[in-house]
Amino acid sequence: MKIVVPIQLVPDLVEDLEISPDGTSFDYENLVWIINEFDDHAIEQAILIKEKSGAEVTILAPDMEDIDDPLFTAAAKGADKLLKISGDFDAGINNHALSKLFTPALRSLQPDLILTGVSNHDGLDGALGPLMAHHLGLPYIGYVSSVTVDGEKATVHKDYPGGLKARLKVKLPAVLGITSSETPPRYVPVSKVRQSMKTSQIDELEGEMDLSGVATIERMYEPEVTEKAEMLNGDIADISNQLVKILKEQGLI
Amino acid sequence: MSQAVVLDKPADLYDPNVPGLGTDPDIKHCIQCGNCSGVCPWGYVMEYPPSRMISALRAGIFDQVTSTDSVWMCIACSACTTACPSLIPITEHLMTRIKEELILAGRVPTELQSALEASHRYGNPLGESPRKRADWTKEAGVPVPILGKNKSHADVLWFVGDYPAYHPNVKPTSFALASIFNALGVDFGILGNDEHSDGDSQRLAGEQGLFETLAEKNARAFNKYSFNEIVTTDPHAYNAFRNAYPELGITYPVQHYTQYLAERIEQLKPFLRKEVKATVTYHDPCYLGRVNGIYDEPRQLIEAIRGIELVEMPHHRETSLCCGGGGGGMWLDGYQWEKSHARTSEWRVKEAQKTGAQILVVACPYEKPRFQDAIKTVRIDNLEVMDLTELLAKAMK
Amino acid sequence: MNQDIYVLIEHIRGSVSDISFMDLAQARALASVTGGQVVAVILGHKAQELANGLDADSVLYVDDAAMAEFNYDAYQRVLTSLLKDKAPRAMLFGDTTIGADIASSLSAALDLPVISFCAEVKGDGGALKYVSHICAGKLHVEGPLPDQTTLLTMVPGRFRVEEGKSNKPHPLTILPTPDMSDLRIALMEYEEPSAEDVDISTEPILIAVGRGLMNKDDLEIVEDLAEVMGGTVCASRPVVDQRWLPSTRLVGKSGKVVKPKIYLALGISGAPEHVESITGSEMIIAVNTDPNAPIFNLAKYGVEEDMLDVAEALSEAIQEAKGG
Repeated sequence: MKIVVPIQLVPDLVEDLEISPDGTSFDYENLVWIINEFDDHAIEQAILIKEKSGAEVTILAPDMEDIDDPLFTAAAKGADKLLKISGDFDAGINNHALSKLFTPALRSLQPDLILTGVSNHDGLDGALGPLMAHHLGLPYIGYVSSVTVDGEKATVHKDYPGGLKARLKVKLPAVLGITSSETPPRYVPVSKVRQSMKTSQIDELEGEMDLSGVATIERMYEPEVTEKAEMLNGDIADISNQLVKILKEQGLI
Repeated sequence: MSQAVVLDKPADLYDPNVPGLGTDPDIKHCIQCGNCSGVCPWGYVMEYPPSRMISALRAGIFDQVTSTDSVWMCIACSACTTACPSLIPITEHLMTRIKEELILAGRVPTELQSALEASHRYGNPLGESPRKRADWTKEAGVPVPILGKNKSHADVLWFVGDYPAYHPNVKPTSFALASIFNALGVDFGILGNDEHSDGDSQRLAGEQGLFETLAEKNARAFNKYSFNEIVTTDPHAYNAFRNAYPELGITYPVQHYTQYLAERIEQLKPFLRKEVKATVTYHDPCYLGRVNGIYDEPRQLIEAIRGIELVEMPHHRETSLCCGGGGGGMWLDGYQWEKSHARTSEWRVKEAQKTGAQILVVACPYEKPRFQDAIKTVRIDNLEVMDLTELLAKAMK
Repeated sequence: MNQDIYVLIEHIRGSVSDISFMDLAQARALASVTGGQVVAVILGHKAQELANGLDADSVLYVDDAAMAEFNYDAYQRVLTSLLKDKAPRAMLFGDTTIGADIASSLSAALDLPVISFCAEVKGDGGALKYVSHICAGKLHVEGPLPDQTTLLTMVPGRFRVEEGKSNKPHPLTILPTPDMSDLRIALMEYEEPSAEDVDISTEPILIAVGRGLMNKDDLEIVEDLAEVMGGTVCASRPVVDQRWLPSTRLVGKSGKVVKPKIYLALGISGAPEHVESITGSEMIIAVNTDPNAPIFNLAKYGVEEDMLDVAEALSEAIQEAKGG
């Protein structure tokens, strides 16, 4: 069983989101990147499958600055192979470009299962999973929260609103967009990551970035606070009394 | 019920499966008196409190110890270490080792996992942006020189710390210490955004690798500047720089602010113009008191304030009752609550209340938020928590 | 390319999803600028009556047993040929477990642009502009609607469900079903969440907790408040991820859409995945220590204080007001 987990970096929302001087894109030089949280879940789900029923897990990533750390961390968690694809990322990235960047490697790796995060918060041009699925001619299921492999099929749970889940069977090979791994992404001690930096190898391939085919951004900005909440002032006791008044006016007390 | 293990040689007393533990010369001296488990605030909740851990080690059933996770109740308060008649450094040589095993196995409560990951990624356990670590200086109201900006030498490198930099309830401690330094004309500077978590609590929570990474980063920052000593806000940082960093080859003279100020008490006294009429009680922080033997200096400083009446809680000095924040405890609140439905901080504030004190004085950044929360939970009126710096600043206004 | 606006009508177990009605309302607004028609697209099985009540100028319907419920493979085959054939100005999907899956795939298959997290498409001095909210709502992006058939996955907020409903009759055309052999995905069954829990989507008073809730035991303070208010506790994702509340209490993208009289948001920052499910609330009151939390842009009243402090004090104040 061969699993490939394509991952990507997204702007870290803990930091300020820097916008370029012309206001049409991220200020890529000053942006702080972090691994896409859903991709973290995809990595975990792949390792869980490996532990449960055996698999070789390859992590596939764009060769961006700051990508090595997430790759070594994945290796420390149990990923077997690390592969990064180089390209010109200075002008930015989008999912269409990433899907095209990854396709040749995915074709040659011939995985049985491709797990990737269901979405990324800076993904304006659709989700990576279905784009890759199309290029590879594979079926896609998104919003997946559990995966069980059984020979040439996988049984997955697809999340619907309200806690409803659909149990689906899909023929392998397939692409799955992971929302959450069956158990939360495990902790890996820093010593293990440092060790994996010494013992794991990151393979490299060359690729091309094609950013075309997506909508243009004319303006990127932090939302103006047009209608802001009326802030209640005073100490906690004052505020509580004001709230009681509001609730009374709504007929709730 | 396991079978009694018959040993061929006395030297076979230790299960070699736990690296480093079985060969620890100190643990050999355990006489199984049970003092440690008795004095441990959470001993009664742990499936394997310290003395039972050692007896399990000797009985060759240590895997049972590591199969439970009750070591996460340990708040590294060192009460056990202090009570041990055989002088075994139980906290660091036993409890931390077990935590290391659990971390290696990936069995970490979620809250702690987040704090460790944040420490690694952002240099602080709160998950705040490292680029905002020095933002507090803008609100301090007094100058706080940042080394590297227009200064590369200072007499004192003030190591501010995570909570004093970021936590809204602890920032006043930083503001107060900054004003005291300014009043005394101390030639000081801070590392600003170059400062990373000292890493001591993360180390005691079992993350040696993370500790070393943080220490390396701080060392690189220290190396950029020249200074005569480090003064810390936090006893945990003091402990790190005094006792743990030297093992990594990073050695600098270091004092906790209480020591630094007590040394200069005659210079400070003229500034303590205002009377503070209050009964106060002082909580000895574990890492200042029990672990590093600093008991008198904070009391000297308190008693230098006119109008203050200092009363002691029954647990004080060596027997001080931990706030619960050490050894990862700061980030294990959910886990510990689930297991015990009690908090050491809640016991402690009740004890403070009983002394009749109006102010509970602390000297460690974990304590203020923990005791403030406890006061809210237990619903005590008329008890305020203040860091010693804030109390001194209050007497200076 | 014609100037019609197509809308995929998403349905789950015989009910049309709210987002599709909102999409129809958006389509109506968009069509009035382009001069085209609003065309509802329904893929289903014996599901023609789903066309009733939609505010659309016409309906295209494709039937197959494989599409009784959403099936990626089947939908892809139908919509690829439909879009190729019809070439509308735009097609709207929900940014949902159905819409998001299929829209991106169609984008690749047909080499058409797809725009995600779209809050609105509007006319702007003769041009058409999209507005999307990315990075958990922290950034807005705007741009011209590409000059080709554009696929958009829409988030709720701009239009209300009612605005997409109409009892006016409209013509329904049944399109031929493409070859459905060798589908690679099959639905086995739906699994309901545990039936014992309350259905928050119909509750009128909701007290929601978010990342601001640091400890599971603090939930008790919130439950007390809920009891005193006669309401129900619900949560955003971080709380449910921690398993502090069951997923039936989840309000948000993979949870429930709620329309209470009052939504008291405690320690919730207001990320779009959550906020999109509460826009139907009659009144939102938000409590958060961060004055810049996006929730304050949505709430009617805001309190910049610790959520537990407020919860406790409010509990007391209500009890006093009730004379208890």
